[in-house]
Amino acid sequence: MAAENSPNAARAAPRAMAARALRWLPATVMAALALPVFAGLLGTVAPAFGLMAVFGQAQPGWSVFAELLAWAGFWPALWLSLKVGLVATALSLLVVVGLVAIWQGSRSFRLFRHALAPLLAVPHAAVAFGLAFLIAPSGWLVRLLSPWATGWQRPPDLLIVQDPGGWALIAGLVVKEVPFLLLMVLAALGQSDASRALLMARSLGYARPVAWILAVFPHVYRQIRLPVLVVLAFSMTVVDVALILGPSTPPVLAVQITRWMNDPDLSLRMLGAAGAVLQLLLVGVAMVLWLLAERVLDRLGQCWAWAGHRGGPGPLAAGVVLLGAMAVLASVVLGLGVLALWSASGLWSFPNLWPDTMGWGQWHRHMPAALDSLWRSCGIAMAATAVALVLALACLEAEARFSMPMGAGVVWLLYLPLLVPQIAFLPGVQTLMLLAGVQGGVLAVTLAHILFVFPYVFLVLSAPYRAWDARLGVMGRALGAGPARVFWRLRLPMLLAPVLAAVAVGIAVSVGQYLPSLMIGGGRVSTLTTEAVALASGGDRRAIGVWALLQTALALAPFAVAVLLPGLWWRNRRGMRQG
Amino acid sequence: MAEMAQNTDPAPLVLNGVEVALQGRVLLRQSLQVLPGQIVSVMGPSGAGKSTLLAAIVGALSPEFQLRGQVMLGGKDVTGLPTEARSIGMLFQDPLLFPHLNVAQNLAFGLARHWRGGARRHAIEAALADIGLAGFGPRDPATLSGGQKARVALMRTLLAAPRALLLDEPFSALDADLRAQMRDLVFGRARQARLPVLMVTHDPQDARAAGGPVVHLADPAAAAP
Repeated sequence: MAAENSPNAARAAPRAMAARALRWLPATVMAALALPVFAGLLGTVAPAFGLMAVFGQAQPGWSVFAELLAWAGFWPALWLSLKVGLVATALSLLVVVGLVAIWQGSRSFRLFRHALAPLLAVPHAAVAFGLAFLIAPSGWLVRLLSPWATGWQRPPDLLIVQDPGGWALIAGLVVKEVPFLLLMVLAALGQSDASRALLMARSLGYARPVAWILAVFPHVYRQIRLPVLVVLAFSMTVVDVALILGPSTPPVLAVQITRWMNDPDLSLRMLGAAGAVLQLLLVGVAMVLWLLAERVLDRLGQCWAWAGHRGGPGPLAAGVVLLGAMAVLASVVLGLGVLALWSASGLWSFPNLWPDTMGWGQWHRHMPAALDSLWRSCGIAMAATAVALVLALACLEAEARFSMPMGAGVVWLLYLPLLVPQIAFLPGVQTLMLLAGVQGGVLAVTLAHILFVFPYVFLVLSAPYRAWDARLGVMGRALGAGPARVFWRLRLPMLLAPVLAAVAVGIAVSVGQYLPSLMIGGGRVSTLTTEAVALASGGDRRAIGVWALLQTALALAPFAVAVLLPGLWWRNRRGMRQG
Repeated sequence: MAEMAQNTDPAPLVLNGVEVALQGRVLLRQSLQVLPGQIVSVMGPSGAGKSTLLAAIVGALSPEFQLRGQVMLGGKDVTGLPTEARSIGMLFQDPLLFPHLNVAQNLAFGLARHWRGGARRHAIEAALADIGLAGFGPRDPATLSGGQKARVALMRTLLAAPRALLLDEPFSALDADLRAQMRDLVFGRARQARLPVLMVTHDPQDARAAGGPVVHLADPAAAAP
């Protein structure tokens, strides 16, 4: 080893520079994440106060807000957004808590756990379409019950999908949010001392569900609070799901803002900006309400623990929770199935359960355009995920090598692009791009996607990365390997499975993005999601089936690789397969 | 033994007032000298800082600790060098074989880079034959027995041509008869290669088999400066 010191010395200077660069990387990346969000917020908010330099208007004042208040749909849209956000989040959390508290350890729970990754991979738009095709008046569920149970020979004249109360939208959101929150809860449980606390509470006479809620849940909730707030912000401000399942007049506030922002009449952009400001405030209000509700429930829980009620939810409640969870699973699976049927159907009259004629005609018709969008979505997803992966690995390696653990403030910064509504800062980014003379295009869209892919990739990668046995690193270094060699030859190969999982998540997130592709692309970048959502207003179920299935396939394929490849790769390494 | 693992320049390992502190409180203070081929045993109760001492010597101390003093190997001060440049090998209680590499790749990991191609393969095979595991190259390390893993771990460390050896309770995970065999193997190779060996142990039999001076780690205030 002594002989290696001389070539080492020659490489020391550039190596020291690289090490210095690596040390500053996490801070740089976090700043690079936060900058577009804040700049975009400014760019979006300015027109709301009458400042729209781009179009030569500079009348600072409240006139735009007055105009907004005068809009007829103002209060209904406000109320609807608030209701959808709070109810969807609360319902999802309820199902997840009920599922874990009551059913953890049972066979049905294990089924749910195995189904988690694929459920999470299916994009929002595909889930929404699938649900729409299931519950619509002419949907598959109604056909299942007609005409023998309902007596309907024609689809009933009910407004189920896009109902004014927003319940179809809430259902669609819950279907996607339950797997997400379940994943977060399971991750939090894995890091906590849950089983011992549970055992203690049960030994004191509490039924298992009650023991879980009183002894384990408070600790778990502290860990999942940020993801829950992300879900809340998302439910209130999602545009693509709201376009598919939500009411159209008046729509959810975010949808209306999008309409104003995309309107050819440029003065409506100022109205949109005012709406975005309001949307931000609304999300803030919802979060405050949620945090207040937390306090109230906390107090209730403490009273419960003080009083010592040991009884738990009866079999009815347990059954309802399980039914809810199964409904979530069934919605996605059946929804995808119905989408597949529609995409391959010719004539499908009501109330037949199966298409009258089937064929590949639809696929032939849409394939050329669909393939074009497929390659574009694929390319953007892979490029964005690759960059996000490299950045995430570099940040984590910097953290490990220089012992700079990330504080709580940095975690909030990481979540920033997910917490701030996309509709509130993307228009500003778009404006700034125009001011800078940057043309919207695939490159700009990819950069925008990185903003949303990076947090997820980092989150998926961070726990396994930090949990790697550092003694192996010490051993490697004692054998003469420098930090770089330890990273490339020891740490990274051993983290193959988590890296593949992070890549799968990143690609799925990118494929499902709607607003970034729409707004940053300047309407010129057509991805699978933008095209599919554009079909929502049309009602051509067969075309929707084709596009939604392609979108799902693109998002699911990396997951299949992430699940299957590690087992194959490590087939001769027992020590790796148990990890 | 194969030529590549011979210690061409036997040198003593010297600790000059090595002191490790955490938030101002001194955890240990030690000075000692280990001659080539000598095995010094460090004993003390749990928590006295034995593993911390080894970490300080090899350069793997966590940044929250403050280190004072010097570690010298063959007259050269290695205290400021990174771990990989110190030429100090380590053996832990856990063999810590890299699970994603086969036995041959594990052994090759520490072998100097200038061994290439056929010569490298030959060296690994000779090393395997040396420890009685001829043909075990392509094996998955997880399929080896405890004793076999310990032998591979020793050979891996020796192939990296260290100039000193640190042992952190290396035999405590093995059963009784295996322990005696491994002691003979490790101490025999270390003496043959004229390596200074510092061994941390709580087993007096290890210290007896080592046959060298025994240092007791006690209260840092009472240790000789």
